[in-house]
Amino acid sequence: MNEPLWREEFSVHGADERYVNRRQFAKFLVLTSFGMFVGNVWLLVKSWFARRPVFPARPVAKLSELPVGGVRLFRYPGPHDPCILVRHGEHDWAAYSQKCTHLSCAVVYAPESGRLECPCHQGLFSVRDGRVLAGPPQRPLPRIALERRGEELIATGVHLEEEA
Amino acid sequence: MEGPRYPPERRGLTAIDGALALIAVLLIVQMWLLTAALETFLAGHPEVALSAAIVSGVLFLGCLGLFLFVRGVDREARRE
Repeated sequence: MNEPLWREEFSVHGADERYVNRRQFAKFLVLTSFGMFVGNVWLLVKSWFARRPVFPARPVAKLSELPVGGVRLFRYPGPHDPCILVRHGEHDWAAYSQKCTHLSCAVVYAPESGRLECPCHQGLFSVRDGRVLAGPPQRPLPRIALERRGEELIATGVHLEEEA
Repeated sequence: MEGPRYPPERRGLTAIDGALALIAVLLIVQMWLLTAALETFLAGHPEVALSAAIVSGVLFLGCLGLFLFVRGVDREARRE
């Protein structure tokens, strides 16, 4: 063999190093499968230790200050949970999380159509029950439970999905 | 009538390829399962996590069984 000396000293061949045989590939697939299983177990553990959220009762608006068609933005239950309250009739009002269920853009109320609209990807939600009317969102907006106490509207909880 | 007789290496390779294809299918199902479980969990339904974890575990055991099969066939084919 007329190979240079350094080749004999460092007899590592790139092609051999990159070669992956079936057994190695199967091992890689099984390790990935184990990763998927660990992911599911992580979800399970997270669901066991997840605390049930506490929803404090908190006044969000006075009816006298909210005309029909009016909107009030507030945060509930935490300071990082933007919500939108819409009075869409004399005796009709509803509040929802303002985060679009598609990619969390802020939804806005469009009084001319009477819908909540997400300007990012044109997701449309019903202002009456928060269900998806059009666009990419798959889930309805989480609804904020409201209670009327005199002239005040009090937020008392958050309902997700079918519970809305 | 006797069919064609293939050398053991070739028979081994066919079995290994079949097992690899099955592992890939199981893995794809597992990926979908994890995505669906995460989606449902984030939608406020943590009760699906247990069943998803059990099914995922069964799929992983299936993959592991197939891998052991691949290793066994590979060893046997090399020995013959």
